[in-house]
Formats: sequence, structure tokens, C-alpha cells
Amino acid sequence: MLRRVPVRLVLFALLTFMIPMILTACAGGVDNPQSTIDPAGAAADEIVDIYSLIWWLAVVVFVLVEGALIFAIFKFRNNKKLINGRPAPVHGNTRLEIIWTMIPAVILAVIAVPTIQGIATLAEQDDDAFQVRVIGNQFFWEFEYPDIVGADGAPLKVTDELHIPVDTRVQITLVSNDVIHSFWVPRLAGKTDAIPGRTNHMWLEAEDVGTYEGQCAEFCGTAHALMRFSVVADTQEDFDDWVATSQSTPSDPVEAGKQIVESVCATCHLVEGTSAQGNIGPELTNFANNDQIAGVLENNEENLRAWLHDPPAVKPGTAMPNLGLSETQIDALVAYLYTLDGSGAQ
Amino acid sequence: MATQVTTAGQVVSTEQFAYPKGIWSWLTTVDHKRIGVLYLFTSLTFFLIGGIEALLIRLQLASPNNSFVSADTYNQLFTMHGTTMIFLAVMPLSAAFFNLLVPLMIGARDVAFPRLNAFSYWVFLFGAILINLGWLHGSAPDAGWFAYANLTSSQYSAGQGVDYWVVGVQVLGLSSLASAFNFLVTIINMRAPGMTMMRMPVFIWMTLIVAVLIVMAFPALTVGVTLLMFDRWFDTLFFVPEANGQPLLWQHLFWVFGHPEVYILILPAMGIVSEVLPTFSKKPLFGYTAVVFAGVGIAALGFSVWAHHMFTVGMGPVPNSVFSIATMLIALPTGIKIFNWIGTMWGGDLKFSTPMLMSIGFVSMFIIGGLSGVMHASPPVDSQQQDSYFVVAHFHYVLFGGSIFGLFAGIYYWWPKFFGRLLNEGLGKAQFWLMLIGFNATFFPMHWLGVIGMPRRIYTYEEGLNWDFWNLFTTIGAFVIALAITVFLINAISSFRKEKGAPDDPWDGATLEWATSSPPAPYNFEKVPVVNSNIPLWVEKYPEVYGHEPDFRDMAAPPAEEQETVEHGIEDHHHDDHIHMPNASYWPLVVALGLLLGFAGFIFTFVLTFIGAAVLFVGVYGWALEPAFGEPDHIY
Amino acid sequence: MAANQGTASPPIQQNIIEHPTSTGLDSRKLAMWCFLASDCMFFGSLITAYLVSHNRAAVPPYPQGFFDIPFTSVSAFVLLMSSVAMVLALSGIQKGNMRRFRIWIVSTGLLGLIFLGGQIYEFTEFHHEGLGLDTNLFGSSFYTLTGFHGAHVTVGVIWLFSLFFASFRAPLVTKEKALNVEIAGLYWHFVDIVWIIIFAVVYLIQAG
Repeated sequence: MLRRVPVRLVLFALLTFMIPMILTACAGGVDNPQSTIDPAGAAADEIVDIYSLIWWLAVVVFVLVEGALIFAIFKFRNNKKLINGRPAPVHGNTRLEIIWTMIPAVILAVIAVPTIQGIATLAEQDDDAFQVRVIGNQFFWEFEYPDIVGADGAPLKVTDELHIPVDTRVQITLVSNDVIHSFWVPRLAGKTDAIPGRTNHMWLEAEDVGTYEGQCAEFCGTAHALMRFSVVADTQEDFDDWVATSQSTPSDPVEAGKQIVESVCATCHLVEGTSAQGNIGPELTNFANNDQIAGVLENNEENLRAWLHDPPAVKPGTAMPNLGLSETQIDALVAYLYTLDGSGAQ
Repeated sequence: MATQVTTAGQVVSTEQFAYPKGIWSWLTTVDHKRIGVLYLFTSLTFFLIGGIEALLIRLQLASPNNSFVSADTYNQLFTMHGTTMIFLAVMPLSAAFFNLLVPLMIGARDVAFPRLNAFSYWVFLFGAILINLGWLHGSAPDAGWFAYANLTSSQYSAGQGVDYWVVGVQVLGLSSLASAFNFLVTIINMRAPGMTMMRMPVFIWMTLIVAVLIVMAFPALTVGVTLLMFDRWFDTLFFVPEANGQPLLWQHLFWVFGHPEVYILILPAMGIVSEVLPTFSKKPLFGYTAVVFAGVGIAALGFSVWAHHMFTVGMGPVPNSVFSIATMLIALPTGIKIFNWIGTMWGGDLKFSTPMLMSIGFVSMFIIGGLSGVMHASPPVDSQQQDSYFVVAHFHYVLFGGSIFGLFAGIYYWWPKFFGRLLNEGLGKAQFWLMLIGFNATFFPMHWLGVIGMPRRIYTYEEGLNWDFWNLFTTIGAFVIALAITVFLINAISSFRKEKGAPDDPWDGATLEWATSSPPAPYNFEKVPVVNSNIPLWVEKYPEVYGHEPDFRDMAAPPAEEQETVEHGIEDHHHDDHIHMPNASYWPLVVALGLLLGFAGFIFTFVLTFIGAAVLFVGVYGWALEPAFGEPDHIY
Repeated sequence: MAANQGTASPPIQQNIIEHPTSTGLDSRKLAMWCFLASDCMFFGSLITAYLVSHNRAAVPPYPQGFFDIPFTSVSAFVLLMSSVAMVLALSGIQKGNMRRFRIWIVSTGLLGLIFLGGQIYEFTEFHHEGLGLDTNLFGSSFYTLTGFHGAHVTVGVIWLFSLFFASFRAPLVTKEKALNVEIAGLYWHFVDIVWIIIFAVVYLIQAG
């Protein structure tokens, strides 16, 4: 019975370690929109290079050390070389201790050099690069282009979808309006935190036209899981067209309100017939016919404005954060929300 | 009186020292072995609760867009799963072994401060209850186990969930500190004659290092949580960005505690494995000195690497580089330990009992956790892995593959010393294989999920990200682990249905705890042993192999007069012609109750705080004025 | 505030039967040293929190020129003198001179009380000048740091007076149990040293 144990150990070791690895390798061909090892830009490339180096070194160390362990299990499971019924009482070996301290030290040095170089490369700041300011909010992202003028004369600001020109280095400035978030587009770059009261920097570059998925990576409250966004890399022409469209805001406040609902409110709320499909907050499909706002206020325009201005001030402990909406945005939302009488659901 | 101090040591009347019975005897016990049993049962209970939380988490994530639990419930589940497993399962399970083993392994009758020891347990129990109270009205803590400011401010966490966390962690910290002072002093001061530092079992060394880590690291947590308490209750502004407060201050304070905490969680398991591997290899630990100093090295480096948890907060290239190098250096002492464990097995005569299997499981799984740790020691790589499932996989390989496997090795190995009963070997092996398979099925795919971009702490995910299959796979794996733990529970319960009858030394052990009965009498050893080696029992049992050193049992403790320091000569009339055992005391419970009320007042009403302070005050005086040892009636 | 009282217990323990120890050092004394090491980290963290916070006050009053250095110098001197009194009290009990012990232990406690009075006066003054716990980061970090030190002094004063009253019951505080006084002294000297550091870091550096 005892003699069979090591054999099973080896079998299970193979099963448990190797099969997931093989399956993992096979899965490489499938489309993984948030893969960290399918880089699509210089920053992510830099990281994958370091990662691959460490990964292969780790595989070698893994095979050698686990191999030694499994070998020992086999070889010494029923040791015949006993003196007085006991194996030789070896207490240690100084030379071995030195060897197995020095070899890992050399391996670590091999890892440390590209690591330090990578830190320096990724920390570069380029003021001449294309500038974007990323603003974290519970639970959506805003992207501001300091060098592009928007419709209202202020810098152009959009939500949840960051457009950038392809093959262009983008310098990102990160801030937060409420709690800590983390800006992460795995195929383009590693993550950097957006911290209230602090400004962080990072850069990325997309080498192919396309859409890259991203997600908030620092737990930021109830709807953290839904704080997704995408980065769209356009050709310069397409990007210019997109800017032109974005600069002309719809003159109709109802239309503007719908855009806000579909970008900001959509994280948590459901409005049938639109792209707002959130399931954290109450459904708004029939909002105009509701008696109350958030269960505490009578549903009228004045109360709705107060609520949108600062929900926690009206109802402490509510899951709905202060979204920092401007008066224009509140005007648009009020206009749109009172068109929601359930008819859109059909 | 001197005539009574014979070279044969003390004469013991066993009836005089029988264990008292009844609930009151447990509430007032100061016996380290009984407190160890209390820690064991309490921590296993919370291990089950934390496990159930994990299963609920896995059920929610089994499929995309699942609505098995709500977002709020999920956030409470992962927060409490982490908090429970760290503070209420692994730490107190380690404390159960400290309590049982430290006095036994160093040849002492009890710890240095038996009542303080009981106090530590009661404070731990009350803190554990306090932190879980939120479940009763559906608002358990929900800001993650490291509770990053400013999400925890009253503005962003207006509910009571974070209150329970803050107050509970504060109370648990006090318990850990009290316990650490006790074991630190016990190990330094209570060793049997002849047991020099370099003759201590490695488990004792690791306990000593853990105690030092707790003493030095927990104050940072105490301060961090205190500042958070003040922010929430007294409107201070430490973490309020609108008033220039710095959320990052919390992260620094938390991780100055939090990284040593990682070693507080793993070193006891390393100590256990360093005892189990030699026993079942029938060979002394390879490189004892190297293993000891590797432990010291890990602890020392542990204080210089906290900011590797913060590589993505924008500290700048220079701090990131420094903390990266420091973090990589930790791989060296960790590697030394692993190589020496393999060296211990090398050339041995291996016997694969359950404790040995669990220990081999520990070594093989910990290697994986160590290697993935080296990956995110590199800040660029970490910027992809931080807060992803890769990191979740990594720390489960260290904390489950490491600590839990190691602690189960200890449970199987020392169960007879706890209870006088052996656990069933067949069930033990079944548990081991189920746990090994389930563990790898659960956590290995998480590496891949992290690599393909799944962040941690998300209560749901969309289809089309290609995360569906491995999440389902992982959920199935979690239930295999649950099955393994069920096998353990059956094993544990059925062991109590059998008669006591475990041999004193069932595994042919080398250390002092096997030289006394299973379970030991309240006074542990009839006479205090004199130690000449770090494998004293083997020297006794196999003199032809380990040399003819004097047998520790044949050497009586030298007459008490020679050991007494002159300073304390005044106690002459109490010389050891009989055994002094600490008296049972209810004051530790009273003082702990005072602390509980005092802190609970922060959540419920400050009236409680004043009542608690009064109880505390009375309790401390009662404690201070009560004689700790000997027969109370003839002291005054 | 209870945070540190809990870990300090038990402050007084009589009638331990003296078992020989491995180091020859009494276990309670060793435990006190361990506690003080831990308390060093506690104050180290608090002082760090003060240093990174106090200059970030968003609204006045600001720390520059805010303190009354002569006043605080006097109360720091009072606390320093209490350490001298503590030394004399310990030497009294070690020589078995109970009268000297009682005089000096009460003096130590009273000097501690004067220091606490000074702190209460100072807090009241600052409050009148518009600095509250919730005014700005300077207020938050200043009151938290000095408040925790004050709490330590309060525990110490209660301890000292407990020793004084206990000395009237024969077996509790005697020449043979001078260690009970010595341990309290270790704590008291530590609290004094911490104040010297706080005085230098918080008050004197801002004076310039």
C-alpha cells in the first residue's frame, strides 16, 4: 500500500499541474479580449517581454525543484541503506547551502535588469504626445481631451469610450472624483490607479485599428464589476471625423439626456428599448409615472434636480453616488427622464 | 527544606492536578493545552464559515451574468471570506499550535503568563463575533479585507458594515499582541535547562519570529485603523481627499502591517513542516541553522517590501525599483527553506503517513506560489497582474497550498497530543488527495483567468470575455475541496467516538512533546527535562546513531537553589519540592468582556463604552491583586 | 483610547512564585520591554501620520507659529522631572525606605497630573483659537498624536497612584517586590522619552 503511494503522487502531480497548463496553451488560439499576453501596443509589448523571461525561468526552476522532490519521494520511499535501522544522520552541508543561495541570486539578477529597464521605459512622460485626461467616477470613466475643444468651449469630454488615433503615443493623466479606481486596458498597457487628490501618469499606444476592452481594476464599491470601458483606436481620418461629430452636441435636450443615460446611468439602471441594461439600481423604463424618487421624495422636477445633484445628501447610505453632473447635464436628464412613460419598452 | 530537593526531581501527586470538569472550568482555564483546544475548535469553526463564504462566491461566478447573490451580498462575501480566513482561521489555528506546543516543546509547565493567555483567547473570540455581527442584519463589512481608504469613509461607506470591520479588527489586533508578548517571553525565558536557542525545535523558532513580527507589525495596523475610526466617528480628515487627506497613507500603514502579516500566516506552517518532514524521513532536519536564519531573514526582509502591494499607485520609478529588488531578495531565504526540506527527505527512509503527505503537499504547492510571487515582484509584470485573478491564484497557493496544507499536517501530527486519540489514516489520505486535486482544480486555472484579464472582486462578468469555462471549472474544484474538508470533519468527529488510547509517541518523534503522555497531564512533565540536543528523543532512543550524549531523562534538573537567581532568593520557602501550577481565573474573561463592551459601544451606543471601561477597570485591578500561582489561602 | 491599556495589562502582579528563567531576567520585565518595543512602533506610526499630514491643512490655523513654545517647554520640563522622581522612588523601595518611596512616587504621579493639566489647558486654548479635531489635517493629526500620548500618561498616573496606595498593604509593594515599581518605572520613563520626541518633532521644528 505504502509503496504505491508515490506512484499515485506522480500521476496526480502530472494531472493537476500539466493538464491545466496544456489546456491553457491550447486556449491561446481563442479570442481573449482582455488578454495580457496578446499585446497590441508598445507598452504592453514591453511588459510581455519581461513576463516571458520570468515565466520561462520559472518553468525551468519549477521542473527542477518539483523534479527533485518527486525523485526523492521515489528513491527514498523504502530506503535499504540503513545504519542501525536509521538512515545516515546527515545534519547539513555548507557548500550546498551556498550553491542553492547563489544560483537563485543569479537568476534574480537576470530578472532584475530588464525589470528596472522596464520600469524606466513605462515611467517616461512625453508632453508632446497626444494628451488624454482620464477621470474615474463611481461607476464610470470620463475621458477629457485637453487639446481638443468641445461643443461648450471647454475641452472635449466623453464617457466610457476612449477614442485615440492609431500608432500614436498617448500620454494619460489619471485623476479620480470620488474613490480609488484603476485604469486597465490589458492589451494596451498595465494598470495605473486613479486616486482622489492625486495625479498619476501612464502612456499607451495602439498599433492596430480596433476596439480594446478595459475595466476598472481596483474595488470601488457596489457596481465595481460593471465599470467597464473600451478604447477605440481609429485611423487619423476616422478619429478626426469622430472628433467633429462629438463636438456637435445634439441641440435637443431629450436626445442629450438619452446619451447621458446610455453612457453614465447604464452601469446601474435599466431602460427598456435603450442600451441602458444595468441591474443594480431601480429600473427607469417607466420613470415618469413613478410616484416617488428613490423611495423618499415625491416625484417632481425640483426633487429630481436635488436628487441628481447629490443623491447621498438626500438619502444617506444610498448606493447611488454623487455623479458630479453639471447643470446642463441635469437639464438634459430631467427632460429625458420625464419622457420615460413605459412606451419605449414596446 | 533542602533535604526534600532530591536529584530525582519533584514528586507529583497526579490526583492533585487532575483536569477540572464543567463549563466553568473552561471559562476560567489558564492551562495552555486547554486554551489550545479552544483556539483549535474556534478557528476550525470560522474556517468552515469562511469556506461557506468561498463556496457562495464560487456559485455566483460559476456562470456569466449570474444573479445567485446580489452585488452587495457578493461584496460582503469576499470581504468576510478574506477577513475570516486570515484573522479568524489561519492565525488562530496557528495560535492553537503555539498554545499546545510551545511549553511542551521547550519543556515548560505553562506559558509565562497563563492568565494573559486566556485573555488573548477571549479577546479573539469576542473580536471574531463582533466582526461577524453585521451578517445578522445584512450589512457585513463590504470594502475588501484591506479596506482601502477612502472607500471606507463615512461618505462612501455610510452603512454599518465597515464599522464592524474597524472595531473587530482593532479587537483582534489586541488579542494577537497580547498573545505575541506571551509567547515571546515564554520562548526566551522558560526553556528547559540545556535548551539553548540553537537547540530549540524549528517550530519554536518560527513561533518566536512570528511573535516578533506581530509585536512590531500590528501597531501599524492599530494606528491605521484608529485613524480610520477617528475619521468615521469623530470627523477627522486623515483620509479625506477634499481636505487634502491622503488615501495612500492608509495603504502604507496597512501594508507595513500587511506584508509581515503574510509571514505571520506562513511561518507557523513552515515550522510545522520542519518538524514533520524529519520525523517521517527518520533523519534530522537538513541545514537546521540555515532554516532558522532563513526564517529570520524572511522576517527582516518582510518589513522592507510593503510597497510591492502598491506598484500601481504611482510611487515613481525609484521607489518601485527599490521595493522590487527587496521583494526579489525574499526568494533567497524562501528557496533555502525549500531546498533544505528536500535535503531532509534526501537519503531518508520515507514513510507516507497523512502528516507527511500534507507536508509534501505544502512544499510542492508552495513552490508554485513562490514562483508566481517572483513574477509580480517585477513592477511592469505586476501592473498586469495586480488586482487580477493571477494574484488571487498566487496568494491562495501560498495561503492554502502553503499555510492550510501545513496546518493540516500539524493537525494530523499533533491530534494525539491534543486529545489522546489518533485520526484515521485512511480518511486522512482520502482528505489529502481530494484536497490536492480540488485545490489545484480551483486555483490553478485562476492564473490563466488573470492572464486573460479577469479582475478580482467583480461580482459578475459578461459573456464573450472567454472567462466562462475556467470559472465553472474553478467552481467545481471548490466543491471538491469542500468534500475534502467534509472527510476531515467525519474523521475528527469519529475520533471522539473512540476510546482515548493514542500512544505517547505514535510517530517516533524527536522533540520533547513526545516524551510526555498523550494528552499530557496539566503539569506537562513530571520532572523538568534537561536538553542536550535539538533532537533529544532520538538521542535517547537511538544512541548508536546520534551519539552517546547524556540522556535528558536520566539527568535530573539541578537542585532548584542553583537555578534561582539571587535576586529572587526571598521566595526560598516555595522551592520546588512540589509543582506550582497557575490557578484558574475568571479575571481574563472579565477584562476581555470589558474590552468587548468598550469597543462594541462604537457601533451601538457610547453608553456601552463607559460600561465597558468600568468593567475593564475593575477587571484589571481584580487581575492584578489576584495571586497567579500556588495555593491562594496560604500566600497571605 | 483603550487600545493601549488592554495590551499593557496586567500592570501589577503580586505573588508570582519565582521560577528560574532561561535568561535570569524576570519574565514580567521582559514582557514590559516587548510591550515598549511594540509601543515604539505605535508612536512611530502616529508620528509618521502627523509628519505627512500636518502641513496639508486646507484651512487655517496652520502649524507654523501656532504653538506656545515657552508654555510647552515648562510642561515638558515637568514631565522630565517626574522621571527623576521616579528614579528616587525606585531607589527608595529598593533600599526598603518606604517613606522615601511614598514621597517620591506621589511626586511622580503629581508631576504627571500637572503635565496632564497643562495638556488640557493647551487643548482648550487651541480650541478657542479655532483648531478642532475636524478643522483641518493639522488639527486631526495633532490632537490624535498628543492625545494618545496623554492617554499613556493617564494610564501611568493611575498606575503610580495604585502603587502608592498598595504600599500601605504590607505584602503588595515591599522591598522584595521592588520589581513591581521598576516595571512601572520602565513604562513611565518610556512615556517621558516619547514626549521628548513629540516635543521636538511637533513643537520645536515648527517654531523656526
